[in-house]
Amino acid sequence: MALISEGKFIPDIWHHAAPEAAIADHTILPLERIAEATGAFGVLLPNDAEIAAIKPFLGTVSVIAINFPAFTDGRGFSLARLVRRAGFTGELRAFGNVLPDQYAAILACGFDTVEISPERAARQPEANWTAALGGRDHAYQRGYHTKVSILNRRRAAK
Amino acid sequence: MNIAVTPPVDKPGSNQRPAMYYYDHFDRDFVQERVAEFRNQVERRLSGALSEDEFRPHRLMNGLYLQLHAYMLRVAVPYGTVSSDQMRQLALIADKWDKGYGHFTTRQNIQFNWPQLKDVPDILQALADVEMHAIQTSGNCIRNVTADHFAGAAADELEDPRPTAELIRQWSTNHPEYTYLPRKFKLALTGSTADRAAVMLHDIGLRIVKNPEGDIGYTVIVGGGLGRTPMVGKLVKDFLPRADLLAYLAAILSVYNRYGRRDNKYKARIKILVHETGLEAFKAEVEAEYAAMDRSGTNADPAELARIAAYFASPVFETVDAGDLEVHKAAHPDFARFVDTNVAPHKANGYAIVTASIKPYGGVPGDVTSAQMRLLAAVADQYSCREMRISHEQNVIFPHVKQSDLFALWQMLKTDDLATANAGLITDIIACPGMDYCALATARSIPIAQEISKLFANEERQKLIGKLGIKISGCINACGHHHIAAIGILGLEKSGKESYQITLGGDPTFSASIGERLGPGLDAEEVPHVIDSLVNIYLQQRQGDELFIDTYRRVGQAPFKPALEREVEDGSDI
Repeated sequence: MALISEGKFIPDIWHHAAPEAAIADHTILPLERIAEATGAFGVLLPNDAEIAAIKPFLGTVSVIAINFPAFTDGRGFSLARLVRRAGFTGELRAFGNVLPDQYAAILACGFDTVEISPERAARQPEANWTAALGGRDHAYQRGYHTKVSILNRRRAAK
Repeated sequence: MNIAVTPPVDKPGSNQRPAMYYYDHFDRDFVQERVAEFRNQVERRLSGALSEDEFRPHRLMNGLYLQLHAYMLRVAVPYGTVSSDQMRQLALIADKWDKGYGHFTTRQNIQFNWPQLKDVPDILQALADVEMHAIQTSGNCIRNVTADHFAGAAADELEDPRPTAELIRQWSTNHPEYTYLPRKFKLALTGSTADRAAVMLHDIGLRIVKNPEGDIGYTVIVGGGLGRTPMVGKLVKDFLPRADLLAYLAAILSVYNRYGRRDNKYKARIKILVHETGLEAFKAEVEAEYAAMDRSGTNADPAELARIAAYFASPVFETVDAGDLEVHKAAHPDFARFVDTNVAPHKANGYAIVTASIKPYGGVPGDVTSAQMRLLAAVADQYSCREMRISHEQNVIFPHVKQSDLFALWQMLKTDDLATANAGLITDIIACPGMDYCALATARSIPIAQEISKLFANEERQKLIGKLGIKISGCINACGHHHIAAIGILGLEKSGKESYQITLGGDPTFSASIGERLGPGLDAEEVPHVIDSLVNIYLQQRQGDELFIDTYRRVGQAPFKPALEREVEDGSDI
């Protein structure tokens, strides 16, 4: 898998739990195996998870990855916003099927990093993600992590 | 490229420029970024970096469909408002990159049916040059916001809905959270006591209202829609304070994005979520999200709406009388008919709202040539404060015309077949593109519309029949809005043959209802005669000047059934 942060491919100190293997430090676990967590741990959430399901370990989990089963399935964007609203300050990952074209929206909704398959990383290499980071500057919404909120700028200009 | 670029506006409300929204440098930069982004996406598609599956949503969100024969580009005309300069640019696009014509749609947009993929970035640039775009005219996102086409001019208006529509257009554009929804999402607004925007039949319909304290706010309707499962929208908020609009819309979208069905695209619209969740449970979800969210961090400042509203300040109307209007009417019966049918009351004394018909007898509903576009622009320049509207009935509206100019305007429109006196009448037919263009269609729509139009071309007979809507869809996706027509026609395919079902009793207004099926399907050539029979039955049954829908509601479907039977017995001569 390839991990992307700030438009660059970076090394990943985290790994995903292998089925039926023992859990080590720095493992991202599926939600149903959260009881096996040891040391620093992360969790992989399905995009239809309810916030109530992560409340019990919100203070101790280091990484929350939200699965995108298809890039056209936008539930992960709303879930990311809700995870941040619940108070999570650790690393929030968009995991799976996302495109460089969605990078601005991913960051705007509160994600820090993107984790994609080697196949996707080969087809959509680092340069695409770097370019996407430098692409869209302007957004009309407030309350999202966008580079320029047009509404806030207009207010400031008054 | 040699085109006129609209200079930045300095004095909203002056009559120097049409009273409509102008881009500030943020809007301009945003659209430019978007053009550059799409140019890059086309390059990456051609290089293979993006698969067709991955490219598809991006081209759709820039209005580019793959149709039966070619790509189709759908250009947004926000809430239907278009200036004469913009209309001339659309004519240029039609000539340069298409086959010299365009098609006005039922969502106040314009479609070009023959662009090449390689040219589309240049077309988007030509649109950006006149402050237009094709953003979110397709795809599973918030679509172009529609509004009453008489906005800002109608005599029955509480408030012009376009400033609110523009605020929503901006907020919904490229929304980071709500751009990959379960399905498309359509909003419509009206600020009048009459509903010309079909607010009961959109994913969200908004009606501008005043509460007993005299404050302006919105009545919010959710879950209306047509398509395979037509439903009338449900009231979710009687009075939403104006300042809370964006937060409340976000709450609805949040619930829809998380819980709307994604397992079956035919059950993915919000109407199905509202229906399956139950209205009360759905409202509770929305209210819970609304209570939990940072409303003040989501809403626009009231100053922002005021900034937008200033652009829409009414033109300064002169004190005028009707001049020789009555003299011209008396001398020209065809002009008198045009005034009777295509002219509506204006809020200012001495002015009128005029509908240019894009429904010539036997023509293709909504199709306009580039020459007609230029003529429309010239008429707007001369007689309508340089501004027009596209109506969801696929006609073009001149919102601010002096009554004393009506005769000259009519003569100008007549020179290129734009003055058919049929607005709202039985030949003002709405039809989807059908099998002549569309990959989804199961039957032809346009030829059926043309035959009916020819059959009822006699203007005295049309006048006798009065207001009566016929709408035709070429498949169950219902783009021709047949469900909400007084007489709806749905084209299907049955054993390899086109088969047309008739529905009666649809109503697109506040008293919305979905039409009911009359009986088994008909062959294409039977349709016009059956429509003729239905109209004759209506004329026999109606009391006074009762509308078709009122007659239908009073007498029910039974008296109309013989229209199908009589056709079988004695053929066309009914």
